[in-house]
Amino acid sequence: MIKVNQLSKTFKKTPVLNNITTEINKKEVVAVIGPSGSGKSTFLRCLNGLEQPSEGQVYIDGTQLNEQNVTQIREKTGMVFQHFHLFPHMTVLQNITFAPMETHGTSKEEAEENAMKLLETVGLSDKATSYPNQLSGGQKQRVAIARALAMHPEIMLFDEPTSALDPEMVKEVLDVMKQLASTGMTMVIVTHEMAFAREVADRIIFLDQGAVVEETTPLQFFNTPSTERAQSFLQKVL
Amino acid sequence: MEEIIPSIPFILEGILITLKFVLLSGVIGFILGIGVALAKLGKSKALGKIAGAYTAFFRGTPLILQLVYIYYVIPQVTPWNIEPFVAGVIAFSLNSAAYISEIIRAGIQSVDKGQFEAAKALNIPYFKAMRKIILPQAIKHILPALMNEGIMLLKESAVISVIGVSDIMRRGQIVAADTYNYIGALTIPLILYFLMVRVLEMYGSRVERRLSYSD
Repeated sequence: MIKVNQLSKTFKKTPVLNNITTEINKKEVVAVIGPSGSGKSTFLRCLNGLEQPSEGQVYIDGTQLNEQNVTQIREKTGMVFQHFHLFPHMTVLQNITFAPMETHGTSKEEAEENAMKLLETVGLSDKATSYPNQLSGGQKQRVAIARALAMHPEIMLFDEPTSALDPEMVKEVLDVMKQLASTGMTMVIVTHEMAFAREVADRIIFLDQGAVVEETTPLQFFNTPSTERAQSFLQKVL
Repeated sequence: MEEIIPSIPFILEGILITLKFVLLSGVIGFILGIGVALAKLGKSKALGKIAGAYTAFFRGTPLILQLVYIYYVIPQVTPWNIEPFVAGVIAFSLNSAAYISEIIRAGIQSVDKGQFEAAKALNIPYFKAMRKIILPQAIKHILPALMNEGIMLLKESAVISVIGVSDIMRRGQIVAADTYNYIGALTIPLILYFLMVRVLEMYGSRVERRLSYSD
């Protein structure tokens, strides 16, 4: 479903990603972990064209992502950000219905019906008319997930979705993500939640200094990491 | 003082002309200002340069000179004769657009970059995202600055009296010349401008309060 071929990214001469090649299959849940500054977020952002690779290619469903087809490719991906980025001047319902109505031309009734269903799945039916500033961090992130899902993506990209949350709100967001994974959604998750990665991910990609250092099953990665770099990382975070 | 009383309606009629003038110039200047701001922030280097030069020119020369230039020079170099009112609207819209474009540029840049990215990730087209997501937030931040610009426009509109538009200012001067009662003829416009600015200010703070719901 996603193919990444020799992807490198350099920001003003600073190398961030270095020759990454990997593949993500349909319905697979992949957790991208690694120390901060390892290029995890940049890697994720290359997958929906928020960053352009300096070298190498990204293929989504066999089509190479480029500047001309980036909007078509983005149709297939939804993204959830660390800091939510809800539209502050719109209600929760408007946040979710805006893109389907403006981009797909979905009717208001249909968009709202779908939005209410999504709000129910993320457990926020009662917040439809609230504004983002009236929600807690965990609630905001669940709305952001619903907003992304409203565009019917085939792939969901999560960029540290729980890093900006108070500890007691992390679980409610992870629960929604778990539920989403169980429906067979293809998911790429940049995260620091090791327990979550171990439980939900089918595969772990461990990045360090912009390169894939280890790529394996959670079981193997957490129990018997093969590289020294992964071992010392796990020692610090577990 | 009595000799001024019959002239009061004549001066008051200027209110409509002044308001019509300010509203037209303000709206055109605002829309043009958004365009110039987008050109400054857009990808095209050429457009950005043109927008920069435009701003430099209209901020770098006196408004009254721009006004008389448009009013007297255009009929000399083109076949068109320009009505004073129209010349005024052109000069004032172009001039205020230069200032407003800088205000709006700052406003757009003050909006969290994440808002652009969220809009992009949701595949919302650029101009739609600007109009419905970025600009509403930007304008909330820059409302006080826009209000300043509106007040300036309202007061500076008195300058159009020099090319003969019969606004409040001009009417005051006419009455003064007729009656030699400078105190009366010029105090009435003074009060009128002050009251109009007060109303504008009150309206501005109401809008500001209304927009603060999402803070």
